[in-house]
Amino acid sequence: MTTDVLRTSEVLTGAARFAADFDTFLRELPASEPAAITALRRMAIERFVTLGFPTLRQEEWRQTNVGAIAQGSFVRYEGPEPTVDLSRLEPLAEGAAARLVFVNGRLSQRLSTLGELPAGVIVASLAEALEKAPDKVEPWLGQHARFDDHPFVALNTAFLRDGALVWVPRGVVVEKPIHLMFVSNSTGSEPIVTFPRNLFVAGENSQVTIVETYAGEGAYFTCPVTELVAGPASVVDHYKVQIESREAFHMATFQIEAERSCAPSSHSISIGGALVRNDVNAVLDGEGIDCILNGLYLGEGRQVIDNHMRVEHAKPHCASHELYKGVLDGAARSVFNGLIHVHPGAQKTDAKQSNRNLLLSSNAIANSNPQLEIFADDVKCTHGSTVGQLDEDAIFYLRSRGIGQEAARSLLTYAFASDIVERIKVEPVRRDLEEFLFARLPQGEVVRQAV
Amino acid sequence: MLQIKNLHVSVEGNEILRGIDLEVPTGAVHAIMGPNGSGKSTLARVLAGQDAYEVTDGQVIFDGKDLLEMDPEERAREGVFMAFQYPVEIPGVSNTYFLKAALNAVRKHRGLPEIDAMEFLALVRQKMKLVQMEETLLHRPVNEGFSGGEKKRNEIFHMAVLEPRFAVLDETDSGLDIDALRIVSDGVNVLRQQDRSFLLITHYQRLLNYIVPDVVHVLLDGRIVRSGGKELALELEEKGYAWLEEAAALPVGA
Repeated sequence: MTTDVLRTSEVLTGAARFAADFDTFLRELPASEPAAITALRRMAIERFVTLGFPTLRQEEWRQTNVGAIAQGSFVRYEGPEPTVDLSRLEPLAEGAAARLVFVNGRLSQRLSTLGELPAGVIVASLAEALEKAPDKVEPWLGQHARFDDHPFVALNTAFLRDGALVWVPRGVVVEKPIHLMFVSNSTGSEPIVTFPRNLFVAGENSQVTIVETYAGEGAYFTCPVTELVAGPASVVDHYKVQIESREAFHMATFQIEAERSCAPSSHSISIGGALVRNDVNAVLDGEGIDCILNGLYLGEGRQVIDNHMRVEHAKPHCASHELYKGVLDGAARSVFNGLIHVHPGAQKTDAKQSNRNLLLSSNAIANSNPQLEIFADDVKCTHGSTVGQLDEDAIFYLRSRGIGQEAARSLLTYAFASDIVERIKVEPVRRDLEEFLFARLPQGEVVRQAV
Repeated sequence: MLQIKNLHVSVEGNEILRGIDLEVPTGAVHAIMGPNGSGKSTLARVLAGQDAYEVTDGQVIFDGKDLLEMDPEERAREGVFMAFQYPVEIPGVSNTYFLKAALNAVRKHRGLPEIDAMEFLALVRQKMKLVQMEETLLHRPVNEGFSGGEKKRNEIFHMAVLEPRFAVLDETDSGLDIDALRIVSDGVNVLRQQDRSFLLITHYQRLLNYIVPDVVHVLLDGRIVRSGGKELALELEEKGYAWLEEAAALPVGA
């Protein structure tokens, strides 16, 4: 009892700190900010104060303890742009149509490059767009990523400052991927917090591929929210590469609002961070939508990686296919929570969900919670989840052919992850992940040769 | 080439092999026949190095070296090969690329340079013909979705590529139709040569019509109860194992 009271008061202290900072923050914003956005911020901070940081007693957070964030003291970065080393990230953006780099939460003009984009396509800093073209932001911003029951979305909405606006007009195809990089560097200062906010609007019958990468150095807290509005018959491929520093906290939400006959896909790669939560919510709000949600998470040491999926089938004749795979070593822990909610009348829904976990050590833990809520009667919904170890028979088979034990284990681990890797259509991103795996896995050179 | 001396093996406390003595000279083909539960497959797996088996006594000498001291991969690199009774399906691992990694591990051990992609491809094409394997099986994951016959052919294909000096074929004939049995046997016969020995483990005599052994041993209840020429297999086919079981029981009761 005593502990509970103590924890509650500490959590409130953490939340109160952000609340106290809010007025200062508002004064720093440009006077030109649309009133509706400021009003949205005020609603969000109010909601955040009411909600406080989540505790283990809340169903949606019962397996992920964010106490370290609640009790931490993070500051918004106000200094000049620090130098960051992009050498690790640059290969990912090879051949990109545009590359926006955000350092400690703000666009770095110096590091960003805009290539040739088709006419009418906007790839810009959200902060700049809010000033210069609010009509491209206001109608959508905050309309889909709900914060009434999500403290981190509320926090982001209150404090959002910069991020990317990607706006693709009707009928336009952006052939090369657009890369967005969010880099934090709080070495030599207090731990910082950033609230990247991205808005992607894909017009009717348009196509675009967007890659978000999160990385950094030192201890810091990244709290991003991305909203995607996928217009009718649009094709949007979204990739998120989370390679934050191993001391970082990362609490992210990706909100997909899908309209008639569109085909949104999300590929989430989670490798870095000390404590990571990726919420992916898709609302299939028109008929004939084909939504793909893939993910791969690799944990080691004491990493905690939580993937919370929520797919809402609001209209008939939509398909959603989710495949999330996790590889956990050391004392890493993962949570997969996959909710599929089929609304009344959403007949002919075809929803598939699969979560597979490979434990490489006896101290690693994978929690997998599929949830189906079905309120229509003519639907096909399947889910499956597994937690297992490497197949000893397969290891012996490989060894009996001359492959060493370590290499055999690595090869099977790679093979486990490979069906997510192979689904990555952006070649430099796929190659980067392959290289990462070859480097991470013992005897990776043998694996490279054998796959 | 291979000497097995007084080999005793237990699984979870049950003694399965109860003193095996066997010598397979270089270039020889020996067959081990026996009913279910006689310990045939246990012997094969112990030779390959599967660790579920506990060797409680005895020795296995391969080319003057203590085989039982070696890890499974070391045995493979030294030139021991086992064709599995139940080849394992390995999703996500390419049949060809994995074999290339295996071959290079073997070559490295033998002090040979790594084989390059072109040479390997040429080698693979040549060896595939031995077992009439379809090219599509090369690009599939190891054994995944292969039919029973395809899996057995794939084992012989692996053997042909790795060129072992001593090969154990564990019930490679089981579940094969006559065409597949011929293909597999022809593949093995092509690989028979002066410096390569084979141990064929089988329940049935039929395989031995196609791969004619130099010596046939009968394994009963963990012991070799009789050894003879290829005609012993025919005798077993005719009379079954019962007459040997009775004969074998005598010394125990005496």
